[in-house]
Amino acid sequence: MNPAMPTIFLIIVLAPLAAAVIAGIFMRFIPRHFSHWVTILGVAVSFVLSVYVLWQMLYNSMGNFNVTVYNWGVVGNVQFQVGFLVDRLTALMITVVSFVSLMVHIYTIGYMADDPGYKRFFSYIALFTFAMLMLVMANNFLQLFFGWEAVGLVSYLLIGFWYTRPTAIYAGLKAFLVNRVGDFGFLLGIALVLTYSGSVNYAAVFAYAPQLAGQHMQLFPGLAWSVPTVICILLFVGAMGKSAQVPLHVWLPDSMEGPTPISALIHAATMVTAGIFMVARMSPLFELSDTALSVVMIVGAITAFFMGLVGIVQNDIKRVIAYSTLSQLGYMAVALGASAYAAGIFHLMTHAFFKALLFLAAGSVIIAMHHEQDMRRMGGLRKYMPITYITFLIGSLALIAFPGFAGFFSKDTIIAAVHDSQRAGASFAYWCVLLGVFVTALYTFRMFFMTFHGKERFVVEPGGKHDHGHEDHASEEHLAPGHLAHPPKESPWVVTVPLILLAIPSLFIGWLTIQPVLYGGFFGSSIYVAPNHHVMQRLTDEFHGAANMVRESVTSPALYLALAGVLVAWFFYLYAPQLPALLAQKLNAFYQLLIHKFYFDEIYAFFIAGGTRGLGNALWKGGDGVVIDGVLVNGSARAVGWLSGVLRRGQSGYLYHYAFAMIVGLCLLLGWLLLR
Amino acid sequence: MTTHFPILSVLLWLPIAGGVIVLLAGRVAPRSVRWLALFFSVLVFAVSVPLWTQFNTGTAAMQFVENLPWIRTFHVHYHLGVDGISMPLILLTTFMTVLVVIAGWEVVHYKLAQYMAAFLIMEGLMNGVFSALDGLLFYVLWEAMLIPMFLIIGIWGGPRRVYASIKFFLYTFLGSVFMLVAIIYMYVKSGSYDILTFQQMPLGMTAQALIFLAFLAAFAVKVPMWPVHTWLPDAHVEAPTGGSVILAAILLKMGAYGFLRFSLPIAPDASHALMWLVIALSLIAIIYIGFVAVVQTDMKKLVAYSSIAHMGFVTLGFFILFVIFEKTASTSGTVMGVEGGLVQMISHGFVSGALFLCVGVLYDRLHTREINAYGGVINMMPAFAFFMVLFAMANVGLPGTSGFVGEWMVILTSMKANFWIAFGAAFTLFLGAAYTLWLVKRVLYGPVGNDHVATMQDISKREFIVLGLCAIPVVVIGIWPAPLLNVMHASVVNLVHQAVQSKL
Repeated sequence: MNPAMPTIFLIIVLAPLAAAVIAGIFMRFIPRHFSHWVTILGVAVSFVLSVYVLWQMLYNSMGNFNVTVYNWGVVGNVQFQVGFLVDRLTALMITVVSFVSLMVHIYTIGYMADDPGYKRFFSYIALFTFAMLMLVMANNFLQLFFGWEAVGLVSYLLIGFWYTRPTAIYAGLKAFLVNRVGDFGFLLGIALVLTYSGSVNYAAVFAYAPQLAGQHMQLFPGLAWSVPTVICILLFVGAMGKSAQVPLHVWLPDSMEGPTPISALIHAATMVTAGIFMVARMSPLFELSDTALSVVMIVGAITAFFMGLVGIVQNDIKRVIAYSTLSQLGYMAVALGASAYAAGIFHLMTHAFFKALLFLAAGSVIIAMHHEQDMRRMGGLRKYMPITYITFLIGSLALIAFPGFAGFFSKDTIIAAVHDSQRAGASFAYWCVLLGVFVTALYTFRMFFMTFHGKERFVVEPGGKHDHGHEDHASEEHLAPGHLAHPPKESPWVVTVPLILLAIPSLFIGWLTIQPVLYGGFFGSSIYVAPNHHVMQRLTDEFHGAANMVRESVTSPALYLALAGVLVAWFFYLYAPQLPALLAQKLNAFYQLLIHKFYFDEIYAFFIAGGTRGLGNALWKGGDGVVIDGVLVNGSARAVGWLSGVLRRGQSGYLYHYAFAMIVGLCLLLGWLLLR
Repeated sequence: MTTHFPILSVLLWLPIAGGVIVLLAGRVAPRSVRWLALFFSVLVFAVSVPLWTQFNTGTAAMQFVENLPWIRTFHVHYHLGVDGISMPLILLTTFMTVLVVIAGWEVVHYKLAQYMAAFLIMEGLMNGVFSALDGLLFYVLWEAMLIPMFLIIGIWGGPRRVYASIKFFLYTFLGSVFMLVAIIYMYVKSGSYDILTFQQMPLGMTAQALIFLAFLAAFAVKVPMWPVHTWLPDAHVEAPTGGSVILAAILLKMGAYGFLRFSLPIAPDASHALMWLVIALSLIAIIYIGFVAVVQTDMKKLVAYSSIAHMGFVTLGFFILFVIFEKTASTSGTVMGVEGGLVQMISHGFVSGALFLCVGVLYDRLHTREINAYGGVINMMPAFAFFMVLFAMANVGLPGTSGFVGEWMVILTSMKANFWIAFGAAFTLFLGAAYTLWLVKRVLYGPVGNDHVATMQDISKREFIVLGLCAIPVVVIGIWPAPLLNVMHASVVNLVHQAVQSKL
């Protein structure tokens, strides 16, 4: 055991924090370039040390670390601590997170060059990195929840980064609130864990997990629920919020309101992966409940397929990628639900690279188009920006799981795992993920062709008026062409270098790592799979090297579905571009359903937002105003007033009133004495 | 007998003396009033620090005790002392008073000396309430405290200040009259006004129930608990900024403190029997009031309603101990709920105080509390926006801020009691975020809302200091609550044992 390791872990998390604080607090006193250097340095330190940790684990057989940094609070025999659990799962996560974050930092220099909030932005993204690192390195639920909420906070700040835009601040608020709905379940899950196991530290909880298996609780009288099922479903509700699973997915597409670099950060590395990671981390608990795993699988499958469908009708380049993220997160969840945690994490990793690549490349396009994001005003860009074009193509091929690219290895493994799974809902999930391949290829290459191929749907007017084209809500089709003051051109090196650096793993990471990560027992003890959930074991037996896997893909339906998707995209958007509008007309009901994203937003706006306000007003005006203040408070004041008015009459001051009262009283008294 | 430095007496009388001096100075040397008030408030805070540093965390016994006979005929004693429950509240009081003095610095012009004096006198009385160990002394200070607050709202308040101050006075006074009856009853039974004697005297169930209800009337109004909460929004709206800060930060804590000092130890069996009442009212406060807070259009009302919802966690944390005890027949795990409630009290003191200060900063500029009158304030006041977002996040209960600690502990504990209690309490995750962040969105974000907003100046150095001083404890408690928990622990353990020990 290396005694310097705990210090290294501390530096890994604190370096980005320190950088964020310096860049944030001293924002007014430091020059622009200092704010990007300090944050890049902080994240680079994290990245280098993360690689070192991973290296030590892989090649110097370093064991797991479970170290406590300090006691956050002690109440009786419950200890809340801040500490690190660093095993191979964590080591992989911190490396991916810090790498993608580093790329995003460098890229931001170019993307945000003209933004007045430049320094604030760097402070936020460094803070984001810190929060995510805290989350993945936690050795207990308290710190997990801290990281969980902290990424929520920073995403709120970043999505609403352009705070003068109403849509951006709305999207930020929405992201936070939807995530809080997830946290509702998550916190209850944590509370149940503590209630049963008596601890929030992973080690103690996992050690207790086997005893949890047979226990039951009554949520409703007379109805016994298995405790692990309740715990895992509640925890997964949290994951549904963070990892944007249906029906808590609605915040993610709107998060596109933030600047593009943070889209890459949120979608690839820092936020949405938190839920997937958490489930994998909690595998000793999830393995106890087939029901919960089925829920995970079915929710993931729905997300994977149906959110992909929505991606087909989007016209904003970033939104297409956003829906692809939703769909891919669904794949990861399906893998988790099939007990193929390793496959889920593997897809998380490959996805991190190619999704960051796609977002940053889309950002590069957006810069070139002067902040135009509508693909209907793009087209033919390949000749203007070759590096972006090539890297985007690599990212797209990785996304559609084209054999040999990074996404292929992970996605094919997931499909195979689901195919083998015996779990309830597995056949539904299998069809979803399989058809999802077609859908993925269709929307990805629709986007690719609309952006880079075909004829140019914009006009270059040198010296003409600057049209930054911020949304004018044109009709669905027949959009007026965009106007650009200058022809589009390739982005500067700070943008293209990260693209190239991300394209390399998008090409090769699958080849290189599938054997060790998935089948070489890489995760060791960090992921627990019950002996009877041996999906991965069977895949291991069938696996004969990456090259073989590529060769065998020609016999699998997935490849042909992907090719069909590309072909359909080509046919509709290059060969016969008038067809999509026609089809939309023919299948209007279906088209409307998709364009309205299955009406989730409308339903939530009406029931949740409207309901909350309606109930609030009813309770305020009705409950507080009428009943409590009106009847009880002011009513009792009036009652006192009325009573004193009545009593006052008794004190009229007239002698004959008093005398009369005395006589009446005397008569009553006498009558009572006589008659009793 | 007192052999040590009478620190609690100093904390009671020094601010009152300071208040009188400030009053006199207002006539003689009006320009010195601010500095004098600041001097006294800082001095009192300095005096209160040793309470923390010299506190013995190993014992639940009262510390820094002073005990002198006061009215011999009725066995009334001037008996002061603190334990781990009351000591942090005294520090909160002395700290917040400093802030209030600074916050009123350039803002209050009308009868400045009286304003400052009122807060100093108030501070002394509040310190007295938290340290009084004699029932009658407690009652006298408890009622006396109403007077400066009544004046603060009635003199420096807004347009409907008279309605608000009378409502405030009658509401709280009505409640505390019942408490007086209960205290006298116990005196008659025990021959002493000593609170610690009250705690140990045996009482039958009927007596306990009546005592409990009498105290509940007093404390529920102060906390405030639904449905006796409607004075609070009115009082807050009309009170000047400093009044709102003290009201939210300290006065609301009196009721919750009363539960711990009186209700639980004196009437444990009645507390046990009536726990569902308090738990139900707490959950109503969290959920019902949470919904009401969402739709407020007045910033102060919104923060006031949010205070009620947050105080629901305090009472919930206290009373779930009985549910757990009933379920498991052991006190293990109950301490966390009570400590969570206590941390929530301290945290809410800083956070709600800070939010009222933020509203005050806005009010000083545009003279309106209507949310609609603002919009895009961040464009003009970025430093202010930083603080307001920080305090908003603390109000939301984000980990890393003090607002998280109490909610976390209470929700975790209530799960041990009952799934559905935790379920109800967890509503705050959504509702708290909804009302707080919607406020932030409408006030801070967006383009500059109107021409008035365009003229707003960012916070001055003085305002920066006030908000910065609030931010420090909010963050420190959030990151490292262990010292605070440690201070409370022995006393809370003792209290829990008293509460589950039947007196029948």
